[in-house]
Amino acid sequence: MAELMTLPDAIAELVSDGDSVALEGFTHLIPFAAGHEIIRQGRQDLELIRMTPDLLYDQMIGIGIARRLVFSYGGNPGVGGLHRFRDAIEHDWPRAVEIEEHSHAGMANRYAAGAADLPCAVLRGYVGTDLMARTTVAPITCPFTGERLVAVPALRPDVAIVHAQEADREGNIQLWGIPGVQKEAVLASRRSLITVERIVDELEPRPGGIVIPAWVITAVAEAPGGSRPSYSLGITDRDNDFYRFWDKMSRDREQFTEWMNENVLGLAKR
Amino acid sequence: MSVATREVTAGETQTIVAARRLSHTKTVFIGVGRPSTAAILARMVHNPELILVYESGTIGAKPFHIPLSIGDGELAETADSIVSVPEMFNYWIGAGRIDVAFLGAAQIDRHANLNSTVIGEYEHPKTRLPGAGGAPEIAASCGEVIVIAPHAKRTFVEKLDFVTTVGHGDGPGARERLGFRGRGPTAVITDLGVLEPEPETCELMLTEIHPGVEVDKVREETGWELRVAEHLETTEPPNDEELAALRELLDR
Repeated sequence: MAELMTLPDAIAELVSDGDSVALEGFTHLIPFAAGHEIIRQGRQDLELIRMTPDLLYDQMIGIGIARRLVFSYGGNPGVGGLHRFRDAIEHDWPRAVEIEEHSHAGMANRYAAGAADLPCAVLRGYVGTDLMARTTVAPITCPFTGERLVAVPALRPDVAIVHAQEADREGNIQLWGIPGVQKEAVLASRRSLITVERIVDELEPRPGGIVIPAWVITAVAEAPGGSRPSYSLGITDRDNDFYRFWDKMSRDREQFTEWMNENVLGLAKR
Repeated sequence: MSVATREVTAGETQTIVAARRLSHTKTVFIGVGRPSTAAILARMVHNPELILVYESGTIGAKPFHIPLSIGDGELAETADSIVSVPEMFNYWIGAGRIDVAFLGAAQIDRHANLNSTVIGEYEHPKTRLPGAGGAPEIAASCGEVIVIAPHAKRTFVEKLDFVTTVGHGDGPGARERLGFRGRGPTAVITDLGVLEPEPETCELMLTEIHPGVEVDKVREETGWELRVAEHLETTEPPNDEELAALRELLDR
């Protein structure tokens, strides 16, 4: 049953050095507050898993806490590249990061296989590309039709962290709007933390709402505004200007470090 | 011809030409940037019934503004249905339910294969690009692919540094051998003209040139010896309605 905790307590209890951690959220509901808390608590050598690293993993990579990155699209959506991600891969700054990359279809199916506790997922994909030789996929033949397909291994992160709009006091959560791959990530992981905009007495059914029951969640923590500069549909708006600002500011190592010190690490000194 | 028409930029022409391609399309899959602008423009001017499908899982989105990201709130608020990422790739893209997909790339070769992974060597890239995203499976399974790219020699290359997405592979029969079900790239729309695969060789050939552009300029900006169609068409210039709609959309 999900335990209601403060965000610092939840991170302290669920995330350890060296863990594989999936902070998911496809453009929408990205768990920035939780990622920042991981940075503030000084976790090291993490394997970071996420379809779209986005600014959050750019920050975590740039601050040097990622040992390995598993992903499918490392861009700043609609703006351009991710400069800290690039700097780590191109110049090993601030440290070398091992990468494993997939396509979106591959990553989504890997999470779904993890959620189903299957060893792998099967899809039509990867064939003919140079990605095939650079990542963990294998050809497989359908035993019924003989069609040649590709298998991808299940993802089983140590911890999944996602953000949602609401939880009730039992720790059941509801999210609505773009659902991404959050439910799959939670069910695929050994432990899970869901941060929420607010805790309510009763979850009110929403169109397209996804409810994850408390008994498959390890911890729930209240984090109002916790997806900013991403957004929580109906509660906060995506800060598109920040995504543009990040593109300019984060090109420079010193400016980046200063920004992180001031805006993320500085908070710990309160 | 009006004053507005004479002031048209190459980028505007590219977007307007892309929008025209969607006049009779039922469903279009789009990423951000120019493809999104073109698809919204197509709904405004040519095809109000056009169904926009974004990678974020928003099916039938009707954005009034051009979204910055594929997951902007307006897409979710106006969609007919919102699905998870596994569902998007398995039930909708993989199953071949989308007619046309717009894709971009950092590099494209003569058979319309695409690179969005690295410039330089994979292990020690000169430029690390974002990576595959949805492109490989989108290109394999959507009915057809339209590539939208700036026409420059560093983009239109003899050999890709990395094959992220297969267009027509090494030529005729490649897609069938790989088991792909969609037709693959049917056009590459640039700021200079339109390239289409020649049916017998699947090699991109210049079939349409935008007003005021010289063929030599297109050749110069293409990294392989570009073939030019015997009956090279000149793009019909953007009309007042198209231009007014595009500019109004960009101003929103």
